[in-house]
Amino acid sequence: MPTDQLSSAATERLEEIREAAEAAAGKPAALGPDIDISRFRTVSEHDRIASLDALERQVREVALMSGFTAEEREERSGSYFQLDRTPIYEKVMDAFSGQIEIMGTEDALKQYPEEMLEKYWWRAVDPGKDKYTALAALHQTEGYFIRVRAGQKVDKPIQACLFISESNVSQNVHNVIIVEDGAEANVITGCNIHTNVTEGLHAGISEFYIGKGAKLTFTMVHNWAEDFDVRPRTAVIVEEDGVYINNYVLLKPVRSIQAFPVAKLVGDRSVAVFNSIVSGSKSSYIDLGSESQLIGAGTRAEALARTVSRDSSIIYSRGRLISRNNDSKAHLDCRGIVQSEESTQWAIPDLASEGAPGAELSHEAAISPIAAEEIYYLMSRGLPKDQAIAMITRGFMDIEIPGLPGPLRKQIDKAIEETAKEAM
Amino acid sequence: MSENPAPLLVIENLHVSVGEGEILKGINLEVLEGETHVLLGPNGGGKTTLLNTIIGIPGYRVTEGSVRFKGEDLLELEIDERARMGIGVAFQRPPAVRGVKLRQAMEVAASNGGLSEERLGELADQLNLRHMIDREVNMGFSGGEAKRSEMAQLLAQQPELALFDEPESGVDLDNIAVVGEAINHLLKGERVSQNRSAGLIITHTGHILEFVNADKGHVLYNGRLACEGNPLDLIDEISRQGYEKCVECALCQPTS
Repeated sequence: MPTDQLSSAATERLEEIREAAEAAAGKPAALGPDIDISRFRTVSEHDRIASLDALERQVREVALMSGFTAEEREERSGSYFQLDRTPIYEKVMDAFSGQIEIMGTEDALKQYPEEMLEKYWWRAVDPGKDKYTALAALHQTEGYFIRVRAGQKVDKPIQACLFISESNVSQNVHNVIIVEDGAEANVITGCNIHTNVTEGLHAGISEFYIGKGAKLTFTMVHNWAEDFDVRPRTAVIVEEDGVYINNYVLLKPVRSIQAFPVAKLVGDRSVAVFNSIVSGSKSSYIDLGSESQLIGAGTRAEALARTVSRDSSIIYSRGRLISRNNDSKAHLDCRGIVQSEESTQWAIPDLASEGAPGAELSHEAAISPIAAEEIYYLMSRGLPKDQAIAMITRGFMDIEIPGLPGPLRKQIDKAIEETAKEAM
Repeated sequence: MSENPAPLLVIENLHVSVGEGEILKGINLEVLEGETHVLLGPNGGGKTTLLNTIIGIPGYRVTEGSVRFKGEDLLELEIDERARMGIGVAFQRPPAVRGVKLRQAMEVAASNGGLSEERLGELADQLNLRHMIDREVNMGFSGGEAKRSEMAQLLAQQPELALFDEPESGVDLDNIAVVGEAINHLLKGERVSQNRSAGLIITHTGHILEFVNADKGHVLYNGRLACEGNPLDLIDEISRQGYEKCVECALCQPTS
């Protein structure tokens, strides 16, 4: 960004970010296998497109798997599509013009430099957290900026897709979503790679700001590959009466993914909900969880995770609740099914009350197979054994995800169906 | 029945072991089309073992004898194959199945004939389950709700032979009446066009017989069918004398 017209405070802030990132450039993450990031080059530039129809058919089909549709006029209020380095398509549907802003974050920094640096840019996530935040801070490759203006209730989802089409690259996106006071939105993001991409790294910073009385439903579907590594770093700040709902779906293999999004419930009566459906297969190393910090009075949080692992996959399913307010309540519910003798699952619930004697924190964590008597029960109604197992597995993973649009629901059902079939 | 009813379920000299112990020691039983039988007996006498053997639940080892349904050897078939042949069951304590709704369980049960949304609604209303239809089956159900849900699934299935394991246990009087009425619907044919199901009702207390008419009664005692007779007479005898005396009395002629 051009720094010559910036205020001295903004210039200083940029300098702070750079220094923090440089200091962390070699710092391994606290969790997950360490990755040698020097072997990846930065993703390439592409030309912009005028319409989603211009996307290569294969790209379109892969993106559809994560809920991104080219039928945006009917089903979406806006779209963002990033191919490797370049936001090749950004569009707000006419009906929603003035309600939503969508652009690449580099554009947002140019357009609103002072505001971004003061309020949003690296204000929720620490650039010095580890080498992946440092990578994104020092070698950023765009990411989306989505702002929903105050009081606007956007009834159709906004979709974003971060797509990688080449091997041996790292895509280091930095995303910002701002839902201003009283606004509501549903954002669906898909992170995908082209079917012929094998190795690579996706380091994604996401900072979300939920204003007073605002609500964001954020659904993320990941489709990676067996030699791909993924390190998202997400933090969400929720103000008074704000609601943040996070839905996460991972059904395809990945070499390793480690993410631990944090919701900071700073405003009174703010709420965070994390739902995740994870299927581990092949040799995937999956370390996922969430942290909810209950800071304001009357704050509530809930985290539900369903994990199924097969082949030689490893899944860590974490959940952390930290309360700093007497009037707060939160619950964790993680359940896993291990379907292979080569697979490992850890369920790690983690609760803390920091000087909040009145806080109510609870958890249920279980790893267990489908009970034989449940299978016999459905069989006694005439359902063959394989179908009974599939139905129960599907039910196990099918946590009620609110605000999910129909086509994505269908995609998820289909993927769960396939997972359930393979479970037999 | 006007015509000569054909034998539906024929059990001959059935011996069943669970683990090391022999539980059933030579059972002979014939249920004809449309008949309702009642199986009385003390706890631990082998009633549920007999029922689970008919259904095909693993762990019940048949060491001798045969079980035939509509002339076919049942013991060779899987649980679901038996169900699709026309055997239905209302379990005493059905397991909670996380992630599978009552609605789905009814649809599965009805898959032979299909289940319209209208019919599903009728059944739900009949059993006072309208509000439970989208809940996970048996998850947190009360005793009465679980029994009603079992009956809803059986009515959806319309089996030719329905097995009931202690349909009145753990249920208050109001619920027994609802369950009893549902059993009657199934066994006596709810509609003119509908075939009657045959029934085998397992009961420890016999209370369900206040609501359901049965044709024949048996007492299962120490792994054997000790006697056969009019169900109400048997109940009467048992309530006066207890099972031990009952199986020794004159009514109880050995059936084999």
